[in-house]
Amino acid sequence: MKIGITCPYSWDVPGGVQQHIRDLAEALIDQGHEVSVISPADDDTPLPPYVTGAGRAVPVPYNGSVARLSFGFLSVSRVRRWIREGGFDVLHVHEPEIPSLSLLACWVATGPIVATVHTAIPRSRILLVTYPVVRTGMEKINGRIAVSEAARTTLVEHIGGDAVVIPNGVATRRYRKADPLPGWPGSGGAIGFLGRLDEPRKGLSVLLKAFEILGAARPGLRLLIAGPAANAAEVLHRVSAGLRDRVVLLGQVSEDDKVRVLHSVDVFCSPNTGGESFGIVTAEAMAAGLPIVASDIDAFRQVLRGGQAGELFATGDAADLARAAGRLLDDASRRTELSAAALAAVADYDWSVVARAVFSVYETVVLGSTQVAVTAAGGDFPQDG
Amino acid sequence: MITDIVIVVAAALLAGVYVSWRAGRIDRLHARVEMARAALDVTLLRRSSVALELATSGLLDPATSLLLAAAVHGTRPGESGVAAPAGQQGSGRPRDLAESDLTRALRAAFSQPGFRASLSGKEGADELLAEVEAAAHQVFLARKFYNDMVAATREARRRPLARLLRLCGKAKAPEFFEMDDSLVAERSSAPLGL
Repeated sequence: MKIGITCPYSWDVPGGVQQHIRDLAEALIDQGHEVSVISPADDDTPLPPYVTGAGRAVPVPYNGSVARLSFGFLSVSRVRRWIREGGFDVLHVHEPEIPSLSLLACWVATGPIVATVHTAIPRSRILLVTYPVVRTGMEKINGRIAVSEAARTTLVEHIGGDAVVIPNGVATRRYRKADPLPGWPGSGGAIGFLGRLDEPRKGLSVLLKAFEILGAARPGLRLLIAGPAANAAEVLHRVSAGLRDRVVLLGQVSEDDKVRVLHSVDVFCSPNTGGESFGIVTAEAMAAGLPIVASDIDAFRQVLRGGQAGELFATGDAADLARAAGRLLDDASRRTELSAAALAAVADYDWSVVARAVFSVYETVVLGSTQVAVTAAGGDFPQDG
Repeated sequence: MITDIVIVVAAALLAGVYVSWRAGRIDRLHARVEMARAALDVTLLRRSSVALELATSGLLDPATSLLLAAAVHGTRPGESGVAAPAGQQGSGRPRDLAESDLTRALRAAFSQPGFRASLSGKEGADELLAEVEAAAHQVFLARKFYNDMVAATREARRRPLARLLRLCGKAKAPEFFEMDDSLVAERSSAPLGL
């Protein structure tokens, strides 16, 4: 089958949606399908052969943070050309409610369209308020996929209609084995964190507070932190001076190094305070066989099977995190047990399984339908009331 | 003897008149700050409403429309911290950040290469773009006037006599309103990442 996939976020910036699309595309190609992805990307970014660049993404404030997106009439014409030249049997848009390529693709295309919603946004009226603007595109979607129950709830509550839940996949093989970084995890124990350091909902500050408690009681314990930050020095300043040399910041790491980081720690912590729909990073840590300590948010409770495959602590509660992580650090047999449970739980999320589930959605929407084409209207902007 | 008394009384009277004039001036400054603030609020609201009109005009592609509509939504009372109706807690970003977000969204739309050319000839496009720019410029002016007034007031409050005699009473020192308000990208403006 010929499949066209749109990515709303810049390909050269690491992110959950981009990675989802890459892994899905590669799993579908492995299964013998023809896949083309269009994504914002800087002109000098090396792209895999199946990705078409749609030009540089522009950083704009959206929904309280700054996102790098493609919008505007030039992006419209690039998407239009990509669809016309692609001859796709199905168009798969990701995050169509984000003002970027996916929304534009919905707008200019006709034919079978599948949409995947990734984000869970609790209590935000923003989708509701802006819905009239995106309705024209949204109404063309034939099949909807949500990556989690939380994302599905957002979709149902804010936009209406229903979605089939297909959780994110994990390229589990990629995480299974790697050499630890030299000198890690060390005899005193090590806790790992991956994610943006300056995004409050990733919860690093909760972990840093917990480390004050843990580090004071365990003289050899170290904290390994990998992820981009606008101001890394500021992060270190939040740690009290006596503990500072035991907090190691790696900055943004490559995909390969990320796997090594995971194999360099004894316990992995996901202290997110919300806004997470699946927690791909947590699942990857599970695929590396790490015992997990995660905040008790919907997404983590689901992937950790309600606490069977990892410890849950009260969201945002540093003392509770310190207690849960401390117990794991002290109990090697419990760590082994959780490691095995995490590996077993994450097998359900392998990309080969997920890609087959997604493909069956494609098969459903193409029944009795024609190929994907562009709308007749040329450069016009048809927006019915 | 009598002349001495007359001089003392006259001096006391003069001092009283002077102090009362100074107090009156500080009072007037505070009142003018409030007026300038009200004017600034009006220009911000006007800018939001014109931006929303542009977003829903159908002139733009839906992605740009959505960006603008979302940014406007963020500046609404109750969404941003300031100017929420009494008894209602503002929930979102502080007002200055929300308004700066709207500036950046507008700037992102307006600074696309060929933006104007792509809209020229469409009905009402030129007028609407001109209106957005005018509204943005008024925000710039109103904010400048407001901040000037705040500076003058704070200066008057800082004088030794004003502080000694507490001439400003219970009135709080007015705060500057800082935001990114330029539709043209400048090298000196704050980086987008905040």
